[in-house]
Amino acid sequence: MEGPLSTAPQTGSRLRGSRCADCAVAVYPADPACPRCGGPAEPVVLSATGTLWTWTVQRYAPKSPPYVPPASGFAPFTLGYVELPEGVRVLAVLDVRTEDAEIGMPLAITAGDGVPRATGAVV
Amino acid sequence: MSGEDVLVCGAGITSFARTEASGRQLAVQAVRAALADAALPWSRVRAAYGGSDAAGNADTLVAELGLTGVPFTNVRNGCATGGSALVSAVGAIRSGAADVALAVGFDKHPRGAFDPRPADWGLDEAYGRDGLMVTTQFFAMKIQRYMHDHGISPRTLAQVAEKAYANGVLNPYAWRRKPLDADEILASGMVNDPLTRYMFCSPGQGAVALILCTKAVARELGGTPVGLRAAVVRTRRFGSFEVFSPWAPTGTPTSVSADAAQHAFEEAGLGPRDIDVCQLQDTESGAEVMHMAECGFCEHGEQESLIPFGATGIGGSLPVNTDGGCIANGEPIGASGLRQVHEVVQQLRGRAGERQVPDDPSAGFTHVYGAPGVSACTVMTR
Repeated sequence: MEGPLSTAPQTGSRLRGSRCADCAVAVYPADPACPRCGGPAEPVVLSATGTLWTWTVQRYAPKSPPYVPPASGFAPFTLGYVELPEGVRVLAVLDVRTEDAEIGMPLAITAGDGVPRATGAVV
Repeated sequence: MSGEDVLVCGAGITSFARTEASGRQLAVQAVRAALADAALPWSRVRAAYGGSDAAGNADTLVAELGLTGVPFTNVRNGCATGGSALVSAVGAIRSGAADVALAVGFDKHPRGAFDPRPADWGLDEAYGRDGLMVTTQFFAMKIQRYMHDHGISPRTLAQVAEKAYANGVLNPYAWRRKPLDADEILASGMVNDPLTRYMFCSPGQGAVALILCTKAVARELGGTPVGLRAAVVRTRRFGSFEVFSPWAPTGTPTSVSADAAQHAFEEAGLGPRDIDVCQLQDTESGAEVMHMAECGFCEHGEQESLIPFGATGIGGSLPVNTDGGCIANGEPIGASGLRQVHEVVQQLRGRAGERQVPDDPSAGFTHVYGAPGVSACTVMTR
């Protein structure tokens, strides 16, 4: 699928999603059609900060392929859904120590050359 | 729904333990067992529906079962494969198109976790590359939030699995037949927090077949038929929280399981309080906990005052997954939903052996949930 994920120009940029004018439903990555009403959706730059809605830790190395472990080898990592003010929860890898993850914690989220990533934020 | 009453007059199952048998061989074995149970020959089946996710086409079974010319429709509907085959067979009876119909589900998967590809799910390759195409993460994140919102403890998750293994010990067809206690389950190693290794089911193998018939046929046969009062399949509505979602809307998630259960109860003219035994999708411990509430058997959070006190055990007030569920039987995708129906049929007939629910249960319920947001439910009565 060609989408904002694969064309995002640089790391550290804001997430680009879309929003339906009629239902105010925001989605990520951007979709030309609203998943609720099917009407046209406009591109929108999503907020850079949100809160953690839920999380888990990937304790074992996922199957390769498709998984590509980092050069330093697999290490357990935290992931979760970050809730943004636009009314969308975005799945992200969390650059947060596994023992520090907590529902409701503030996070800063960015697009990169892979999936969205979030770090602990001073909001 | 109007039309003919539908009865289950035959039920057949294979062992769900790992063997060298192929999925098709298991399916033939299950169909023959169901026919024998119904005391009907294969030539008497007027419509057949079935499928597997990864073990071949059901309609090829006619080579072994007999070339009777029966219309045989393949169903491939993920975790709802068995449920969808059953709904089709029910439709054939109700419409008058057939007076005897077969539903069969079977599967055989390689060992280890399922192996999805991002492109098949409409996702960017980055989700696979960065390690987010892992189904167990979703289950963990859903129960993690649920525990936060509704006060469910990790020990309760372990007790769900403990019960599954205890019931598996009593089920000669189960795969996992060794008891494990809650402490061992909690200490079995974290897979995706808060879920440990022994809280999960594994992909497996098995086959189940059900013979449905009209009231007139059931009367001729005698035997102990069970009324199939409702069989429904639903797909998700907007707002649900599903596996492999790069995003989800805010608010309390909608539930396709709740939708399917409600439709099934409406179709049956019964409610959760009427049910004496139920089988709820337990891909892992958290799923069983959440599905108890989603299907209407308790309030959200009430599980914490039910499960630790044995309410969902075989002798409890609401026996859940009396055959050991997916945790003890594994998950052969195409067979899983019909295994649940088979178990309720045996319970309502009083033929569940050592795992028989006491006091002659008269109504049962089954529930399957799967990706990408599908649920199949049934209601049965004696």
